[in-house]
Order: sequence, then structure tokens, then C-alpha cells
Amino acid sequence: MGKRGIETLVGLFVLLGTVGLLFIALKAANLGNFGGTDTYTLSARFDNIGGLKVRAPVRSAGVSVGRVTSISLDPKTYQGVVTLEVLRGYQFPKDTSAKILTAGLLGDQYVGLEAGGDEKNLAAGDAIKQTQSAVVLENLISQFLFSKAADAGAGADNGGKK
Amino acid sequence: MNWLAILGARALAVMEGWGHAALFFLDLLRVLPAALRRLSLVIVQIHAIGNRSLVIILASGLAVGFVLALQMYYALVTYGAAESLGLVVNLSLVRELGPVVTALLFAGRAGTSLTAEIGLMKAGEQIAAMELMAIDPRARVLAPRFLGGVIAMPLLAILFSAVGIIGAWVVAVGLIGIDAGNFWSIQQARVDIWRDVGNGIAKSAVFGVICTFVALYQGYETQATPEGVAYATTRTVVISSLGVLGMDFILTALMFSTP
Repeated sequence: MGKRGIETLVGLFVLLGTVGLLFIALKAANLGNFGGTDTYTLSARFDNIGGLKVRAPVRSAGVSVGRVTSISLDPKTYQGVVTLEVLRGYQFPKDTSAKILTAGLLGDQYVGLEAGGDEKNLAAGDAIKQTQSAVVLENLISQFLFSKAADAGAGADNGGKK
Repeated sequence: MNWLAILGARALAVMEGWGHAALFFLDLLRVLPAALRRLSLVIVQIHAIGNRSLVIILASGLAVGFVLALQMYYALVTYGAAESLGLVVNLSLVRELGPVVTALLFAGRAGTSLTAEIGLMKAGEQIAAMELMAIDPRARVLAPRFLGGVIAMPLLAILFSAVGIIGAWVVAVGLIGIDAGNFWSIQQARVDIWRDVGNGIAKSAVFGVICTFVALYQGYETQATPEGVAYATTRTVVISSLGVLGMDFILTALMFSTP
């Protein structure tokens, strides 16, 4: 095989490798998602973020509209501050509320945005005022147990107190 | 006291071997710029090391993708999480199996041929002849092969992972009947280009250095006899494989220790 032939084959090999990398990057990894697209940031404070993680999706009506870029603890109020990156194409009213929800029973947690009715839209850097924390299973169970106990107590007192 | 002397001699021999290999490695790094100036030699080596390993790498990648998809499906379907099949296969290929299995195959396919080639060059006194002609055999023979191996390995690992994911797609979507949109979207949502793919490629570059260096060193330092070359070829596979597996643990611990 001539020198040209070998060079062509090596060129083909390198090209194939590059195509493989592009395939993985665009089709099987997150480069194609928000890479380079226009986004703006919002923040939201939650009493409890549960198992929310950085890069978790932000969804509105189930449609993915962005992702979580950072999570930190406010040292004064002890609330979790979640920074969201939302696609520029999606604008939300000022009184939009944010919830931390779970996809399925065992799925990952994500931030759900529920649009309000305000005429003004949230601008870049704004904070979402109305938030609802993640449901923590232990709290839920203890609430349930306490209400059961309270009911039982109320039954014993012949409905003396609720 | 005899056994103490034996122990000491063994330890000294091991240390000497490591030191010799380290100095050899530094020597090799020193002559790399010379090899970069003669790129045509490197290209011939990429062809010999990379192109010729392509078939076995692609075939193994496809097979691993097939089998991984089938096996993971049985595990995941129990928990109603069959949709994350694509994610599981993707992460295991891109982070671990792609770089590691490629490196093991590379040690068997390309490393042995490098060792045998250089060992026979030494046995045929070609290396000595070069030295007589004042040509540095490290710059002329070893450096292009080293560069070729280090360049070829990440490309092979990427292709292994890519073909594996395609194989998993064939099984998951074609055979099992998982929704194709779901298969890709969960990967796009959860596989990070730098953290997962980038670290996988960094791993395979390190493995490329290990495998190629071990092969060259074993070939260059072989006893110039048929038995010596056979022994060196075997050692290439054993040392490269153990080096890759050990290094993989260290790299994984460093790269993926934080969730």
C-alpha cells in the first residue's frame, strides 16, 4: 500500500473517531440541550429542597424549560436558594410559583413552575416569591401519625377537642 | 540470614526495575518533539496500531452494547425503570467499559505486536545497527509508535462507546420495544459532556500512555532470543492489563468520587 493510501486510511480513522465523539456528545449527552442557547436566570427560596440536584430539569406543565444551575444555603434565613436557568423563549408572569416535585414514585426531583396571572413577566435575576418545598417522606409520615394520634385522643375525649 | 538477603535482593531488583522504567519513560518524552517533526512516521504507526485494531474494537463494542442492554433490562424491569436502560448503558460504556475494555483489547491486539516487532528488531540487531549509524533508535523507532498509540487509544475508546450505545439502541428499541424517544432523551438529560464523556476520554488517554509505554519498554528491554521475545510479549499483556485496571480504580476514585 502506498503512502497516500495509508494517510487516507488514517484520515478516515480520525474522521470516524470525530464522528463518534460528535454522536456521543449530541445524541447521547447533554451538549445538544442548552449548549449555546439563550437562557436567563431566576432564583427561588425553598424551606426544604429535598433531594434536588444541580442540573435537575425545570418543567412547566411537564415541558422541560430549563435546568437548575446552583443550589446554596442562605446563611441568614436558612433557606435553600435554588438558581434556575430558563430558556429565553419561555417567559413567566411575576406571580409564578415554584414547587419541587418528583417524577414518578422513585424518580428524580425537579422544579415545577406554575404560571400565575400577573401581566408583568419575571425578568432575568428575579426571585420567584411563591415556593413549595419538597415533600419529605419522614415529615409526611410523622404528620400522618400525629393526626392519627390526635384523632384517637379526640375519640377518647368524646370529641372534646379536635 | 539467607532469606533476609534474598528479600533484600528482590526488593532492590523491583526498585531498580521501576527506576529503570521511569528513566526510560523520561528519555522517551525527551525525544517526542523529534518524532512530531516527522509526522509521516507517526501516521504509519497510527495506521498500524489504530486502523488495524478497528475491527476488533468495533465488534467488541457492538457485542458489549447488545449484552449490556439485554442484561440491564432484566434488572431494571423489576423496578419498573426499564426506560432508564439507555442511561445505564450509556454511563457504564462512556465512563468505564469503553476506556477499560478498549485498553485491554488494545494491549492484546496492538501492544503485543509492538513488543514483538521491537523485540525482533533488537534480536535482528537492527537497533544496534541504528546506534552504529548514530541514529537514536528511541527517536526513530519508539517515539513514533508511542505517539501513534497515545493518539489511537482515545479514538478507539470513543468508537467503542459509540458503537456500544448503537448496539444497545438496536436491542432496546428493536428487540425489547423501549420507546426510542425515551431511550435518547434520558441520556441527553443525564449524561454530562465534561463530567462523563470528558473524563472517559481522559481515562483512555492515560490508558493509551500505559499500554503503549509498557509494550515499547518490554520490547526494547527484551532478551534478544526467541524465548526472550515470547516472554516479553506475555509480560506486555499482563503488565498492561494490571496497570490499566489499577489505574482505572485510582482515576475513577478521583473523577467520580463526588456525586
